[in-house]
Parts: sequence; structure tokens; C-alpha cells
Amino acid sequence: MKILKDGSKTQVSFTLNGTEVDGYAEPRTLLSDFLRHEIGASGTHVACEHGVCGACTVVVDGKAVRSCLMLAAQAEGKEIRTIEGLAASDDSFNKLQDAFHKRFALQCGFCTPGILMTLSSLQDSGRRYTEPEIREALSGNICRCTGYREIVDAALDVLGDRVVA
Amino acid sequence: MVGAAAHADEDKYVGRRMLRVEDQTLLRGRGKFMDDLPVAKGTLHAAFLRSPHPHARIVSIDVSEALKQKGVKAVVTGEDIRPYTKPLIVGFENPMDYRGIALNKVRYVGEPVAVVCATDRYRAEDALKYIRVEYEPLAAIVDPVAACADDAPVLHDEVGSNRVSRRVFTHGEPEAAFAASDRQTEITIRYPRNSITPMETYGIVAEYQPDTGGYDVTSNFQGPFSVHAVMAIALKVPGAKLRHRSPPNSGGSFGAKLTMFPYIVVLSVCARLAGRPVKWIEDRLEHLSSSSVAPNRVTRIRAAYDADGTINALRMEHFDDHGAYLRAPMPAPIYRMHGLSTNCYRIPNVEVINNICMTNKCPTGAVRGFGGPQLYFAIERVIAQVAKDLGRDPLDLMRQNLIQADQFPYRAPAGALIDSGNYQQVVADTVDQGGLEELKARRDAARAEGRLYGIGYAMAVEPSQSNMGYISTLKTKEEREKAGPKDGAVASCTISVDPLGSVSVVGDSTPQGQGHQTTLAQIVADELGVPFEMVTVNLETDTQKDNWSIAAGNYSCRFSPASTSAAKTAAERVRRKMALIASRFMNVPPEDLLFKDGWIAAQSNPENRMEFRRVGGLAHWSPSSLPEGMDPGIREVAYWNAPELTPTTAKDEINTSLAYGFAFDFCGVEVDRDTGELRIDRYVTAHDCGTILNPGLAEGQIRGSFASALGASLYEEFVYKSDGTFLSGTFADYLIATAHEAIDPVMVDTVATPSPFTRLGAKGIAEGNQYTTPVCLANAVADAIGRQDITVPLTPAKVFEWVNGEEEPAPQAAAEDEAEDLIDYSGDALRGQGSTFVPASAEQVWQTLMDPAEMAAIIPGCKSLDKQADDHFTGVVSMGVGPVKGTFEADIRLENLKKPRSADITGSLIGALGTSRGRGRVTLVEGEGGVTVSYEYSIHLSGTVASVGGRLLSGAARALVNQFFRALVRRAAPEAKSEGGGLMRRLRARLGGKK
Ligand code: FES
Ligand code: FES
Repeated sequence: MKILKDGSKTQVSFTLNGTEVDGYAEPRTLLSDFLRHEIGASGTHVACEHGVCGACTVVVDGKAVRSCLMLAAQAEGKEIRTIEGLAASDDSFNKLQDAFHKRFALQCGFCTPGILMTLSSLQDSGRRYTEPEIREALSGNICRCTGYREIVDAALDVLGDRVVA
Repeated sequence: MVGAAAHADEDKYVGRRMLRVEDQTLLRGRGKFMDDLPVAKGTLHAAFLRSPHPHARIVSIDVSEALKQKGVKAVVTGEDIRPYTKPLIVGFENPMDYRGIALNKVRYVGEPVAVVCATDRYRAEDALKYIRVEYEPLAAIVDPVAACADDAPVLHDEVGSNRVSRRVFTHGEPEAAFAASDRQTEITIRYPRNSITPMETYGIVAEYQPDTGGYDVTSNFQGPFSVHAVMAIALKVPGAKLRHRSPPNSGGSFGAKLTMFPYIVVLSVCARLAGRPVKWIEDRLEHLSSSSVAPNRVTRIRAAYDADGTINALRMEHFDDHGAYLRAPMPAPIYRMHGLSTNCYRIPNVEVINNICMTNKCPTGAVRGFGGPQLYFAIERVIAQVAKDLGRDPLDLMRQNLIQADQFPYRAPAGALIDSGNYQQVVADTVDQGGLEELKARRDAARAEGRLYGIGYAMAVEPSQSNMGYISTLKTKEEREKAGPKDGAVASCTISVDPLGSVSVVGDSTPQGQGHQTTLAQIVADELGVPFEMVTVNLETDTQKDNWSIAAGNYSCRFSPASTSAAKTAAERVRRKMALIASRFMNVPPEDLLFKDGWIAAQSNPENRMEFRRVGGLAHWSPSSLPEGMDPGIREVAYWNAPELTPTTAKDEINTSLAYGFAFDFCGVEVDRDTGELRIDRYVTAHDCGTILNPGLAEGQIRGSFASALGASLYEEFVYKSDGTFLSGTFADYLIATAHEAIDPVMVDTVATPSPFTRLGAKGIAEGNQYTTPVCLANAVADAIGRQDITVPLTPAKVFEWVNGEEEPAPQAAAEDEAEDLIDYSGDALRGQGSTFVPASAEQVWQTLMDPAEMAAIIPGCKSLDKQADDHFTGVVSMGVGPVKGTFEADIRLENLKKPRSADITGSLIGALGTSRGRGRVTLVEGEGGVTVSYEYSIHLSGTVASVGGRLLSGAARALVNQFFRALVRRAAPEAKSEGGGLMRRLRARLGGKK
């Protein structure tokens, strides 16, 4: 195991949305800070830094993870997906983005990247979800602007087990 | 669904569910929020040292060690800031000296005391612990009524009283009406402190420019820009030398990003002293403890009425609690609602007494609803109580007193000129679509089974577009005359057509997610007859380059009435100019021209037409082709103001807002007797907010407002102990509903009564449920359990107590055997007692306890312990509770030493994260094979530890006590270890005794 020295910076590299990236981090640097300020992927937002709000959610090796609770050094060699990687290669929205757009499922958009990444990790499972399951899955994401209805409807459009009016 | 009833014109974008242009940026993660903007190389990052005390004198601040830390470039205190600033003024004269950072005294937990500016944020935060501040704690006060008592500790010595303003207003003849009425009902309400805590916190980058002597600031400040003047005066620069810019995106505000301006002033001076730009991104604890909250309020309200239910007069005395400082435009919320002191009712007489109180809590600011939730909680609760006292159906009584549809515009006694509405129709539609009769049947069925079920109602006039002059109502007539009139509310918009004929719109509404870009594009595209996509809207602001007014910003539902009016006016000017140009080429009078589908065509002969972009281009490429005297280019600025917003009259009447919508809600709620939990069976909400500009956005505002109002009703409160300790420092303490807890209201499709005073007939819609929902639910609970004194949030513990008296609620689930909550929020914090058995002699145990070297090994986290005297030890302890870890200086004294039987221990831990003081007693009783050590303690905590760790403290204290005694056994009876599990089990069984 590599022993990291307090205060010194070491190189961290991982795959971000399919592309190799690297940068330098102190042992204590949070993954959220590393993504935003070292890599420049500022689409991932930080709203509490104590693991409650879900704004910083990214997908690490297929699992939704709070990047404010993970150290950059722990991301070494991992496969990370963030909001910047959702759109198709021709820049068109993916299904979740499209559903959010059509459903007015965002207002300020600050919580949105975390919510989309939480849902995106469900999308990978390939299965369909009931409304209570979607609500449960989103129970770690706070949104202050919407009343969640639009978000849940948009999620059901893509992941749901029924057609929503 | 909203707006289905309003017939959207197929040809128009306004009224249509246009998808948001903002989404293209935000859904790709390409938003530019404050912390996303690049900063100049060398920019420093700020971290604030904050007060752990609710009230204390600052004896000394020593920053020398902090300055030596790696990366630290400056450490700035209140004293350092003083020469570069003047006090931050508020709307009336008073001697308070507030500059955004403590000077000599701290007055609330979380108040800034010093700022570290370092090369990165981690280092800035690291250095905080090297600043040494000596405080002399003072008694604190948190209750606004008690704060007005003569013997209350005074926050601001220079004011001499915590009541900084008291005004009595008499509208109509309340005294005579009270005397003449058959009956009276009085209640007292308490409205708590809450906020909507936007997901994005405050963010500021400030720079000083020695070349011009000015400051350049970028921040997510929301307006009103009247506060720009407050900042410029405080920084002692002309307005033009304080350049303020806002980023393209803001992550919500709900009012919170108004009172961030003191931080702008502080950081501007920090940048000046550090000689570099300084950036600060507020963290969540800072936001919860020290940014901005709605004033909590105590109101005594009395209604006078006749036996037939006619309400003749209201009298109310408010104690409005603004925390430790007033910051402009505070105390605005209470005055913003003044004109509406009789809500939607025809009550001709009203007396209002406003007491503005200071307490040792976070200073206040704007929160969505801005004074409305507090006022309407009082009015709608007293009306429900009147109905109860009269044995009447509450809705029936409300209807009886409602302003009639043919009475608009209606001048309310306190001055609001309520522009338009049809309240009866809204009520009828709501009763009908919401299924009130069915809900009543459900209530009756539930009650027949002995269940607690209630129905609540609430109505509210929803004000929008504030009169910039209303705060002057706080002053006396004489003071107002001296200061000169204040009134109006200006909105501005600039529209240009570029050389290729595309349209750009610049506005002053600093949105935080409401979809203003989309709406303005709809309005301008309609007016100019161009495709929606051809209009680009930029709402970043720059006070040095853009048009703005003191009213600029996003607050009090300003956008729908005012910003849209300015956009329409500017677009009309563009059209007029382009019509004049086109008329010259087409040989038709400008009035005959129609703008449609990107063409300008003669109505009389549609074949005669020119492309919009060609006409736009002419103004740039060929000024000589323009009509005589016309300026080249196309760029029109509109400043729009509403003449209805007049100054406060000599009799203190004020038309506080411009356009007034109406909301009516009812709900059915069941209270669980055994848990105190509420089940909202149905919640129905209706809004008439005039012309609907975009139903998708309007519904989003209603649902969003409902969600936050539901939070305020059920979960959210900033809790302070009576000694001023703050307990709500994380999102785990200040609870916010997620999709899991959220419920969906039934939204009623009802009338849309356009405002005659706004250009598109639109009124605000974003605050309605803030007004109605808390009191609607409170009324339902009152109905369910037959209780008059109801406060929000309606937490299960509280409701349980109302239903069952003072008994403890039944445990929710199999709790840990020692999980009793030892926190006493009102009294002196944490208490516990217990005993443990140590297989050693009393003498041995006593020796161990009195030996500093032994104790250093026993006290959890103890780094060092020195004996100052036989009964006095000092040392350093490092420990943590939940997310907070820190180093504390320990000071321990032993008293009443009765060797080897008992000792009293008093001590304190002082550190950057807070202070704790405790007392305890240890008693040794010798028995067979060893000694039983009994202990009891009470610990009082303050500062960060209490704010973020409150809910963890009792557990943490037990764990520490546990560790302490395990270590004691190990040291005093080393051989006992071999007993292994058995002893430990016995030890555990005896630990953590219950109170
Ligand atoms: S920022 Fe990571 S959970 Fe809130
Ligand atoms: S859209 Fe603003 S917090 Fe969710």
C-alpha cells in the first residue's frame, strides 16, 4: 500500500466519462474538490459537504457515490461518471436529461447533477421501478426548488414500470 | 393543472408551456455557478473564525500563530476592518454599529470574529485553530418578548434596549369597533425561525483596485440593489466604484442571498488588506448558523365581531425577533405586509403594534413569503378560533367576511390597494375540485371510529412587486417628511437587434432558477413577431455596465409583475422604431405594420413585406436610410414603474405591493394518537395569480413553494437553547424533506384575474403556499385535537404531547437499552450518572484519579496534563463528536476532596470548535473484591460542537465516560484484564445509567 504524506501532493488518475484524466491531490483532498477544482469538471456540485444532500453524487464503478465523502486518492484507477458524460456524442440529451427537460424537473439546477447521477446508476440495472422505489432511491437527494413531483415523473418516464400522465 | 382555464392564444408564446432554455446548460453540467467561475491566479481563499458564544465580550484576539501557518497571507479582525468602513446602515436611524464582523463583542453563535486568507481553502480552515480569542461570556437572551423586559441582558449597549423600534398604527376606528362589537376572541401565536436554505450557499470573489480606489466584486447576491448603496456607503466609495457582477447561474436563494452583503463588505476589505483577490464559498454549517433566517415572531391577536359573524376589527401586537443585528432592508418583512393587515377580509378597523426586537441569535433576512407566513398564521388562526367560539363552520365564516368580487380595486384599511380578484369563484372551484364534501365525510367517519381527524382552511392575499417605499412606514410622519418621499419599484430591460437581425435581451432580475430567460424570450418574441429561438436572454448583471435600479433583483415576486412589464415596454419601443424604418421602405404608415413569423408586413397588403432581420440590419449597416433624426442601431432601454406605488400617507397607510393574487387551501389531516405523527390525507391548493405566462413554470413555483412550506410546517426549525446555544448546524439536525417524504397537493384549475396594473396582467405566484400551508395544517390539527395553542413545526414529539399530556411517547422501535435521550434542550445540556466496579482498593483508585500522569492516560484523547496545584490540572485534549474533531484546552479543578471517598470535579474545555463546562462528582464505595465508583455529571456545550453534534452528544458522552472507566480499570487494576469479557460485560451493564 502506498503511504501518502500529509500536505504533499501525489498524482491521481482515473477514467472520467470514458477519458483518462489525472491531476495532483493531497491525501485529504475530497474527490468532489478534485473533480471540480483540479480536473475542472464543475458540473458536480457541492451543497453540504457532510454527505446528506446528494448534490455531489457521481457514479464510481457503477455505483452512486457521494464525492464529498470520498477522497480523491481513493478514486485512483476507478471508472467515474459525472453529469458531463450523460449527453450522447452528438451532444443530444440522453433519455433522463430529455425527460427532465420535458417535465420541468429542474429549476436552479444545483441539485440536478446529483439526482441525474443517482438515477443514472439505476438505469444501468436495466430493470423497471415503481414510484415508491424511485422515491426511495431519491431519498438521499435534497432539492429545494421543486416539490419533487416533476423529478419523480421524469424518472418514471425513463425508469418506471408504468406510463405517467 | 394551472392555466388550463386561461385560453392560451395559439399564436402567442406567452401562456404556452414553453420548455426552458436554461435546461440546455444546466442538464449538461455546464452551468456557471459562483464556485465554477475561474479566478485570477494568486486569488486567496477565506475562512471565517466564528463565535462559539451567544453573547460575550472579546477580551483579546491573537492572530500571530495563525499568520505563521503555511499559505496564510492575512488574518483580518473587526479592528482591522474598522478604518476602511462605516457602519452598514438600515432604514431608520439608530446607533447600532454593525460591519459584518464582530467588534469588541459577539452577539450570536456563528458571528464572524476573524478571517483567514490563505492560498487554498483547506489551509485557510487549518489556520483558524491558531487564532486565540479570549472571551468574557455574558448572559444571553433568545425570546423576543423576554428581550423587551427591563432586566434583560442588552445586546447593543449604545441602543440601551433590545426593543429597537416600536410603532403603533391605527387604521379606521378599532377602539370604537371593539367597544361596539358583541364578542371578542384573543390568541397568541409563536412563529418559529426557518429558512429555505438554498442548495448553493453564498459565494463571493472580491478584489480591491488600488489604481482606482474601487472594489470589484462578483457574487451570487440576489438584490434588491438598494443594498448596493448600503455597501458603497459602508466601503466609503462612490457607487460607481463598487462594481458588482453576478454569475450566469445561481443555485436557489428563496430570499437567503439578500443579506449576504455584509460578507461582501468584509471580504472587500480583506482583499484590500491582503493585496490580492479573495474568494469565499460559504459552507453548510456557516449557512445554517449564520447566514439568514426569517424573523420568528410572537403575536397577540384579538378579533372583535358580532354574533352573526361579522368581523369588525382586529388588534395585533407583534414581537418580531431579528436576532443580533439589523441588516438592510430589515425589519422589512413585517412592513412589507403592513398594507395587508386584514388579509382578504372586509374588516374596516385594525390596530397594529410592531415591536422590533434583538436577541442573541442569527440575524434575519428575506425568506420566501417575507413576513406573510407570520402575519397570516395569526390572522387565519384567530378566524378559525372565532368560528369555533361562535360554533360556526370556519369556511362559512371566512366567506361571509371575504372581499366581494365587485369591490376591486379594494383599498384595505392599512393601505393596500388590492387590484383585482374573484375570491368567491376561487373558493367555489376549490371546494368543488378538491372534494371538500367528501373530505368532510371522511372526517366524520374517522371520528366515528374515535380517530383524530381535522380539516383546516387558510386564505391569503399574495402580494407581488414591493413598493420600495414601504419600509419608511417604520418612521414617523415627521421623520418621513424630513427624509423625503420613497416609493415606486422600477424594473429595467434592454433589448437590442444586432446587425444580423437577432434579438438580445438584458434584464435586471438576477434569477435563481425560476426560468426568467424562458419567460422573457416568450414575451419579446411575441412582441417582435420573431421565433422564440431568435431571442437570447442574458440576465447576468454588472452594476458598471448594465441598467439597474434600486429595485433590481429577485425578491417578493417581483418578476411576474414588474420585469415582464419592463420587457414588454422595451420590446414595444423596438417594434415602434423598426416599424418607422420599415414604413419608409414599404410606403405604408407604421400603424399598418404587422410583426409576425420573422416578417414585417402591411396588414392591408400582406404581400408588401420585409424580413425582420433586414430591417434590423439596416439600422446598423445604413444609418443614412433611416428616417430623419433617428439614432442608428437598435437598442432600447425601458425603465418601468407603477404609479400605484405611492409613498406612505400621513396616516401611515401604505400600498405595500403592486399586484395582489389570492390563494385558498384546505386539507384533511389525521393525527396518530400513539406517535403524534400527522398523516395528510389530502391537501388542496388554489391560486389566482392573474395571467399565467408559462404554466410549466407556474406549476413549478406552486409545487416548490408548497414543498418548502410543508417543510416549515412539519420539520424545519432553527433551534436555540434558552442560553443561546445553536443546535441546528447540519442537514441532519435541520431536516428537509426528500422525495420520500414529499406529498403532492391537489392543484385547482381556477380563474385567472389579470392585474390591471401590470403590462401583461401577471401577478406573483411563487410565495402563495408559504402563506397558507403552515396555518392551514395548524388549523387542521387544532380541529383534530381540539386545541387552541398550535405552533409549527408540527413535530411528532410535540403533537404527541398535545394529545397525551406530558408523558413520554411510546418508543418507536426496539431502541438500544441505554438509548434514552439525555439532552435537555432547555436546561443545562447533558446529564448522566452511573457506576462501575473496579477490582482494586479504594486507595488504589484514588491514587490513580489524583495522579496527572495516570489521568493523562485515562482521559480519552488527552495529549498532556499538568498539575498546577494539588487540586488543579491543565492540559490539552483532542476529541470529536460526530463530524467535528478538535483540540481543546482543558482546565480541571478538584473540590471537596474526601480521601478516599468522594471528590467534586469542575472543568472546562475551550477550543476553536466550542466551549464546554461541566461538573461532576465521583464517589468510591469499597465492597467485596473491589470498589464501586459512582459518578454523575452535567456538561454544558456551546459552539460548533453543539451546533453540528447536538443529536450525537448524549451517545458521545456515554462513549467517552465508557472509555474513561475502562481505562480506569486498566490502570487501577492492571491484573483485572485477565478477567476478560466477564468484567467488561459487568462494566457495560453498569455504565450509562439512566437519569
Ligand atoms: S455535498 Fe456531498 S452529500 Fe451534500
Ligand atoms: S432545482 Fe434547485 S435545488 Fe433542485
